[in-house]
Amino acid sequence: MKLWASTLRLAGRSLRRNPLRSALTSLGVIVGVAAVIAMVSVGQGARARLQEQLASVGSNIVMVFPGATSSSGSRAGWGTAAPLTVADARAVERHVPGLRGVSYFRRGVVQVQGGGQSWSTTLWGVPESFSRVRDWPVRLGAFLLRSQDDAGAKVVVLGATVAEKLFGVGQDPVGAEIRVKDVPFRVIGVLEGKGQTVWGRDQDDAVFIPFTTAERKVLGAKRIGNVDMIRLGLVSSEDEAMVVDELTQLFRQRRRVQPEEDDDFAIRTMSEMSRAAEGSAEDMSNLLLAIASISLVVGGIGIMNVLLVAVSERTREIGIRMAVGARRRHILMQFLCEAVVLSGVGGVVGVVLGIVVSILISRLSDWPTLISPTAIVGACLFSGAVGVFFGYYPARKASRLDPIDALHHE
Amino acid sequence: MVESPHVVRAANLERVYGQGDVAVHALQGVDLLVESGEYIAIMGPSGCGKSTLLNVLGCLDRPTCGTYELDGRDVSRLDPDERATVRNETLGFVFQDFHLLARTTAVENVELPLIYGPVAPDQQRRRALAALARVGLAGREAHTPRELSGGQQQRVAIARALVTEPALLLADEPTGNLDSETSSEILALLDELHQKGLTILLVTHDAEVGARAQRLIRMRDGRVVEDTGAAPA
Repeated sequence: MKLWASTLRLAGRSLRRNPLRSALTSLGVIVGVAAVIAMVSVGQGARARLQEQLASVGSNIVMVFPGATSSSGSRAGWGTAAPLTVADARAVERHVPGLRGVSYFRRGVVQVQGGGQSWSTTLWGVPESFSRVRDWPVRLGAFLLRSQDDAGAKVVVLGATVAEKLFGVGQDPVGAEIRVKDVPFRVIGVLEGKGQTVWGRDQDDAVFIPFTTAERKVLGAKRIGNVDMIRLGLVSSEDEAMVVDELTQLFRQRRRVQPEEDDDFAIRTMSEMSRAAEGSAEDMSNLLLAIASISLVVGGIGIMNVLLVAVSERTREIGIRMAVGARRRHILMQFLCEAVVLSGVGGVVGVVLGIVVSILISRLSDWPTLISPTAIVGACLFSGAVGVFFGYYPARKASRLDPIDALHHE
Repeated sequence: MVESPHVVRAANLERVYGQGDVAVHALQGVDLLVESGEYIAIMGPSGCGKSTLLNVLGCLDRPTCGTYELDGRDVSRLDPDERATVRNETLGFVFQDFHLLARTTAVENVELPLIYGPVAPDQQRRRALAALARVGLAGREAHTPRELSGGQQQRVAIARALVTEPALLLADEPTGNLDSETSSEILALLDELHQKGLTILLVTHDAEVGARAQRLIRMRDGRVVEDTGAAPA
């Protein structure tokens, strides 16, 4: 395979003859490949983080909201439909099988003071089932009890962030007193850290008090028993469709929705929400990939441009080669080889650069990145293909030269 | 294939460039027979068609009509790749301005036809070195054209033409770019090669060069007007 070896050597030599030009030409491909790899890593990292966050919300969860998405697609405002109530939650508990718990909450932003610090956070009024439904264990102390909810006790469980802000890292605040909206509460527990939600909110920046206490003593209520949302934990995800059906029937009946009317409540399942979130994450990755691919194509055009210049500069050389017996195929291969070497070297350097950039992104910003072997292999193959595709036209042009004209070219 | 005594057997060669009113008839019916071992010079004023004839005989160009047998094979209707193979295996070229690859060593220049041909890769270097030795350039194989004199460059070109052991060596003004002393060295080399049996056909407008040949063909307006030693047909 002397012809192959010498063709490759020749390509290397003619590229080294113009190192700056070769480097600049490869740069297009380098940037393209690096961009593809970095973008895919960012996209993959974002997806991995998303999955983690979705898992942190708890699996097998179904949520019921007041207000509805009509069949025409427009969403009625929160205020237009009657709110859900604690009684609705109790009815779900009684009538819907296959649940491991029913929870509900009311939420509000409050100022809390304790440990000599003051902090603004989200207050959740929740029943004792909350921790079970959310699959959210306690790190210190205990979660709220049914009896405390019934009695409207002034006890509080702190989210990890709040515990840290008020009492400092590694301190045990159980038994301490804090003031919530100037009402004194006794700390009975601290939850494990859960991290950010899919929407970037810190879930641990929260305090939890019994639902009854919240509506009566802290948040106030237009009508006792109104809740923001009802949240159910399923025993098994296989029951999801059945539970959704049951819930729909139950709520239509309880809220006296006429058969021809749309629901005035909405039921969302966690699997549905993760599908939506994953779908948009996937769209995002594809978009990034498409943008990065454009730079690869631009790099390919650069290769084509440089090869066209090379063909016209080296017309005489082509003529000499033809005169001594090079066939069209030989000339074609020679220039294609140069294109592939240019794009191949660009591809390899681009992979390295892409990995470096991915690592830098995750170090310097808080973006997680996940370097994908598929993207590396894909980018290399694609850059080779770019070389062949954009090298073909100039190479063919060279191979179709007339030997006599080529020999006499100045 | 039956061994033919004629290296070249061309009849009624015509070459027309362009079409209609602007057509140029560069060759208007050239007959040529060349026997193995002949040394022929073609002479004539500029535009007489001698370069066109050389291109056609060298399979760089195709005759518009007429027949051309080279080394016993009809080559007048070959496609570009087939002509490339004929040039590679049967012909050797020497040009006025050497046409060596710049920044490429002498031995690599001589090897060039071999990498496109049937010679086994492990034989190529050896044959290239042997060809350089034949033209008196042993020891210069690692020099690039820039490091060689004009005469030496033309010797490299001749070695490149010889390395495939062609049936016919075609030379286009091989001394046109050389001073008289170097010219005579090159011509002496051609004489020597001829004496060893090489068939040579060269094109020149230098009468002195033409005088070295065994047979002289004069052309004018695309026709042969004089042939000192036409072999009996």
